[in-house]
Amino acid sequence: MVSAVAALLILLTGERRRNLREGWTLIASLIKCLIVVSMIPAILHGKVIEWTLMELLPGVSFQFRVDAFGLFFATLASCLWIATSVYSIGYMRGTQSMSQTRFFFCFALALHGALGIAFSANLLTLFVFYEILTVSTFPLVAHKETDEAISGGRKYLAYLLTGATLVIFSMGITYTLTGTLDFKAGGFLKGFGSDSLLKLLFATFIIGFGTKAALMPLHEWLPTAMVAPTPVSALLHAVAVVKAGVFCVLRVILYVFGPELLSALDLWIILAYVASFTILLSGMLALAQDNLKRRLAFSTINNLAIIILGASLLSPSGITGSIFHIAAHGFMKITLFFVAGAIYVKTHKEKVSELDGIGISMPVTMASFAVASLGISGIPPMAGFISKWYLCLGSLEAKEILFLLVLLASALLDIAYFGPIIYHSFFKKPAVGTPSGMAEASLWMVIPIGVCATVSVFLGISPNALVRFFQMATLAAKSVLGVD
Amino acid sequence: MNEISFPILIIVVPLISAFFIILVGLLRRDLCYPLMILTLSFSTLSSISVLKEVLWGGTIHYRLGGWLPPWGIEYVIDPLNGFVLLIVSAISLLIGITSKRMVEREFPEKATFFYCLFLLQVTGLLGIVVTGDLFNLYVFLEIASIAGYALIALGEDGAPFASFNYMIYGTVGACFYLLGVGYLYIATGSLNMADLAQILPSLLSSKVVLIAFAFFMVGIAIKMALFPLHVWLPDAYTYAPSAVSSLVAPLTTKVGAYVMIRVALTVFPPAFFIETLPAALMLRWIANGAILFGCILALAQKDLKRMLGYVLIAEIGYIALGVGFGNRNGLTGAILHILNDALMMACLFLFVGAITYQGWPRKMDQLRGLHRKMPLTAAAFVIAGLSVIGVPPTCGFFSKWYLVLGAIDSKEWLSMAILLASSLFNAILFFRVIEKAYFESGKEHGMVQRTMEIKESPLTILLPLLVLTAGVLSLGLFSGKIISGIIRFAIPVYFK
Repeated sequence: MVSAVAALLILLTGERRRNLREGWTLIASLIKCLIVVSMIPAILHGKVIEWTLMELLPGVSFQFRVDAFGLFFATLASCLWIATSVYSIGYMRGTQSMSQTRFFFCFALALHGALGIAFSANLLTLFVFYEILTVSTFPLVAHKETDEAISGGRKYLAYLLTGATLVIFSMGITYTLTGTLDFKAGGFLKGFGSDSLLKLLFATFIIGFGTKAALMPLHEWLPTAMVAPTPVSALLHAVAVVKAGVFCVLRVILYVFGPELLSALDLWIILAYVASFTILLSGMLALAQDNLKRRLAFSTINNLAIIILGASLLSPSGITGSIFHIAAHGFMKITLFFVAGAIYVKTHKEKVSELDGIGISMPVTMASFAVASLGISGIPPMAGFISKWYLCLGSLEAKEILFLLVLLASALLDIAYFGPIIYHSFFKKPAVGTPSGMAEASLWMVIPIGVCATVSVFLGISPNALVRFFQMATLAAKSVLGVD
Repeated sequence: MNEISFPILIIVVPLISAFFIILVGLLRRDLCYPLMILTLSFSTLSSISVLKEVLWGGTIHYRLGGWLPPWGIEYVIDPLNGFVLLIVSAISLLIGITSKRMVEREFPEKATFFYCLFLLQVTGLLGIVVTGDLFNLYVFLEIASIAGYALIALGEDGAPFASFNYMIYGTVGACFYLLGVGYLYIATGSLNMADLAQILPSLLSSKVVLIAFAFFMVGIAIKMALFPLHVWLPDAYTYAPSAVSSLVAPLTTKVGAYVMIRVALTVFPPAFFIETLPAALMLRWIANGAILFGCILALAQKDLKRMLGYVLIAEIGYIALGVGFGNRNGLTGAILHILNDALMMACLFLFVGAITYQGWPRKMDQLRGLHRKMPLTAAAFVIAGLSVIGVPPTCGFFSKWYLVLGAIDSKEWLSMAILLASSLFNAILFFRVIEKAYFESGKEHGMVQRTMEIKESPLTILLPLLVLTAGVLSLGLFSGKIISGIIRFAIPVYFK
């Protein structure tokens, strides 16, 4: 937590010298990751670390609390930050982009926001970081300073700030009803307010945070924001922004309303329907995209909705699966975006239809792509399989066959939109005139790609390895449902 | 000199040194500025000590010439005006520091008179805040206004006319206020606020009192530029010299807001304002209008300073809205917003002052490349802008938060929607400027040659600007402390 602030200061001072500046980014990301990881054993033993800064409102402090769910997200974000830092150095140098200091500064700020969200102990603290994340991502989206980039940035802001005002509204109501905003496993809203008010409140909360989680029909900003440089898209899609949105939605579902209240009000089923709708529609839309990054964007929307669906089923396996999917999807999707960026830097190709035979010249990159995309489709032994399996179990536990079908259909859709890319890149002859032979992107980029792909296989084979993602996910699910 | 005489010294010291400055200016012109800074620092330091005194030892009464109230004039400092007093003196000190360079650039030959008027303006504002007497308040109101007219008339082309326009409005407003004082005096025979607060509850059915109340409200509304009586503001603040607009824009209107809270909620009983009359209801509607109108017209402006003028009108709407909710949270938000808005507006107008000082045009479409030439100044603008939008952790979010709570408490869903929508309007406004300043490089439109020589502003301008920015950024996090330490005591007992 503290390291985030330090990272900011460092980045501000390292203004002119680029090696130094990028060195700071790397060091900060490493330190941060170490700090986060060092907290894992304590949390797994059931401890909760708390740190209160000051009181903001009567009954609401500027407070951090590290619990299993928050730590899960923080670990994911800080691990992926290292990969993204390495990658973005390669990418930014490869494309010789301007205003790199602003880029790295905002990047660190965005990560600071994401970790703040992970460790916030109450809605207000969470909202503070939520807004930091929103605002600091805007310069990243508009980074290229072209008209298209700026209008993408505008759209991004318009959606997210509108969502944020709805969140302010919902927080206001919650505070007036209960006098507190502290998260509590299993929810704290039960027993307050009338049913219809709670339903309205749920709707505004979900719409508010759902914009960031790109829940349909609020997803429109996400494909547009694809104009951003690729490390940013990777950050947006795999780690910070959308995952933070999902994280917030899950916090609201599980820690503000709580499973009991949601099933009493029958709200979960509505959310599950919205999520299913998003899953299917975004899967189909992904099929229609020719721009690689846009296709990935729709795939992200699809997977985010899967996470939300899993949580809204309110069954132990469903929640475990959806939390685990945050990490699994994080690693796999970041690989895919890295690959898209590497292809762009090397060949300036952005379209799916131009990728014929690219697997021959960039074998490592495209192999990683294949691994990650199969993983997202849920094929063992990749990490995606584990989470999909638990999600399917979850829908069985909730006795909702319909959602099981939705999940299976989405797996098919995943294969349908990723399969052709793999096929074309490996088995089709390259277009005439392209030089043959190996032409990988720089090592700065290939190494993170390989590492992320490896991790996503690794997580599939032994989900508890290294940082015990799976154990944290089960712990969080148990605490929410009050089971031991 | 014991501590108890600070209230009077806060007023008398700037008043006397204002006239002294003219004499000094005749002999040694370069001594005027240090003298002014000295005076303003004194005021700031004594307001800090007065506020401390009030918070520890309760309300301070100072009787002028030893005359007992209600016959003599009394200065009363309670947590509410102690708080406003500190805001006024601290911000005028910061702006005072910046004024030297700006004056040298804009009208060096009138420096002496400028410093004199500047101090008179501050004296007037401070006087309005400390006095416990309605007529004395009128006197200070006029001191502040007349100094303000003169200061604004010092500005660029169009300033004399804008100032004249302001003067007409201001005088009408002052007349209304004075009529209110007169009517109350007829009905009660008293001018002392505390005394009136005792007498008035038994006279509330009197038509004279009712009319006095109406006169007060209209008069104050003109002075604080509450929509639809705001017409004088955009012109006056756009054409005023930089140092002047960054002094009067944040302070005059806030002091007006303070007077409104003082008269409506402590002189008159709050129940009268909220329940007996539909005054609170009307104020809410007017405030809703002010917020919408200010935001929408701000969108239409091409001149940055004029845009800020309209943003200011919307911000005053927030304060009025908070008062109009007539509940604890709303009022907390309003009082907190007096502080926050004073900071934000000082920061924003000072930003405009800083870029004008460096010869940068104020037109919005000519801000390209600003962040390369003046990175710190541009950063200050971004932070203040985010605060106006209400992005946490800047201070603007917290006052808005209390206003939203106030709206929920009084079940004013429309006002709530307007409050939330206005953040979106503000977001469009400020991000439009930020986009221009940061994302469109200066190479287009042949701006390069002229902007090459532009550097960061001099330290005396930059430093106060950064102090204000730091305030905007950090006071939000301390708002819990400010509320539990000061504002909680500043809210009338009725709301507890």
